[in-house]
Amino acid sequence: MSTPLLEARGLVKSFGANHVLRGIDVQVPAGSVTCLIGPSGSGKTTVLRSLNGLETPEAGTVRIGDVELDWAARPDARAVSRLRGQSGMVFQAHNLFPHLTVLDNVISGPVFAQGRPSAQAQEEARALLTRVGLADKADAYPVQLSGGQQQRVGIARALATKPQVVLFDEPTSALDPELVGEVLRVMQSLAADGWTMVVVTHELRFARQVADQVLFLDGGVVVEHGPPSEVLVEPREARTRQFLQRLLDPL
Amino acid sequence: MSAIDWDLVRSSLWPLGRELLRGTLPLTAVSFTLGLALAVLVALMRLSGNRLISAPARAYVSVIRGTPLLLQLFIIFFGLPSLGVTIDPWPSAIIGLSLNVGAYASEAVRGAILAVPRGQWEAAMTVGMGRVTTLRRVVLPQAARIAVPSLSNTLISLVKDTSLVAVVTVTELLRQAQIIAGQTFEYFTLYGVAAVYYWVVSLVLSFGQTRLETRLSRHVAA
Ligand SMILES: Nc1ncnc2c1ncn2[C@@H]1O[C@H](COP(=O)(O)OP(=O)(O)O)[C@@H](O)[C@H]1O
Ligand SMILES: [Mg+2]
Repeated sequence: MSTPLLEARGLVKSFGANHVLRGIDVQVPAGSVTCLIGPSGSGKTTVLRSLNGLETPEAGTVRIGDVELDWAARPDARAVSRLRGQSGMVFQAHNLFPHLTVLDNVISGPVFAQGRPSAQAQEEARALLTRVGLADKADAYPVQLSGGQQQRVGIARALATKPQVVLFDEPTSALDPELVGEVLRVMQSLAADGWTMVVVTHELRFARQVADQVLFLDGGVVVEHGPPSEVLVEPREARTRQFLQRLLDPL
Repeated sequence: MSAIDWDLVRSSLWPLGRELLRGTLPLTAVSFTLGLALAVLVALMRLSGNRLISAPARAYVSVIRGTPLLLQLFIIFFGLPSLGVTIDPWPSAIIGLSLNVGAYASEAVRGAILAVPRGQWEAAMTVGMGRVTTLRRVVLPQAARIAVPSLSNTLISLVKDTSLVAVVTVTELLRQAQIIAGQTFEYFTLYGVAAVYYWVVSLVLSFGQTRLETRLSRHVAA
């Protein structure tokens, strides 16, 4: 197997006495989709946020492309922001900038952060908005959109800086059920286009159809990982089976 | 005899109005602008994790808020010369008022910055913005909306506080009213006209505040 595009080794993180990550390894080949599943509080969000330095693990390394960070060496803010620049992030609560139009949200990274010419960034942003089915909403403000539309803008904003990897933290969990599909379909089409994605999700059907690998987290460790046909269909570990059972049959 | 001398009201309208335009309003505008810039700086200093930066800001706010403005003006105009620092009346007035606005407004600005959700900082960082860009493009525009009601109060207080600078020999609306009243002995009439002027300015500012609040909350869910 060739070198993975993203590689995290031995991530360790505590909040006070709460040991949230106890040595997490993740390898993500270029152009693949990795789904993180696991019970609430198992550390999924913390793993994702350790990959872009929104959390500061106590130990472990993260490498995306040729940018590598050793958390144990207490990297400075510059090093962390260099790593962060390799990925884009889609949040559960979209976190769109409410005072900016949809178009300005999408160009905020390229123009405010990367200093690229506004005209060129706008052209690309309009293409991205078309890509997520929102070409006609460029001049709207986030508050005027539905939850599904807001999340699709969030996706366009994350793609606009041309990251190597896109991180999704439960992108459909805050949505009304009938709006989930429009967001998952966009993500599915991004996967088909070859974007490298790491997705925290409870959408098992999405994971089965789109993921190349699934990681099951519990208690701050990766309990089991492999292709969805194994982890989701014939899990080896009892904990995985229990979790899937509870997800399929909540009552 | 009538308490109000209407002829004097008419004849004092312009002399008092002139000092409103020449004294009170420019003092307010300049002090508020400088004070606001100072407030943003002080708010950011107070939010710094570095105590060498946050401690002086905290001390400044504490001293200014803990002492009377009138006394601060005395110290600047009458006290500093004995240390060899002599400042003209107008600059003294502006320094005193700006320092005062800076301290009060910095608390409002700090609160407003803290009220911008964490997710906004994080989203800005994940699209590559640094701290300064995030502040300028994402946080301060949203903090401004949150701070408007409180800053409007500071502004309206400032209009009235400018009357205190009479003590450092700056002529403004109140001082002019005192001068004319001293000549005519029509205290009620002159101070009444001055009061109406201050009140009208406050009304106009309150009206502007409401309009600004409406405009700034356009894109915010209820
Ligand atoms: N900022 C924080 N401060 C303290 N504890 C936190 C913080 N973020 C997460 N945690 C704790 O870490 C654990 C894992 O959280 P998280 O990664 O969000 O789990 P998941 O996304 O799998 O639900 C939880 O017990 C949570 O309470
Ligand atoms: Mg989570």
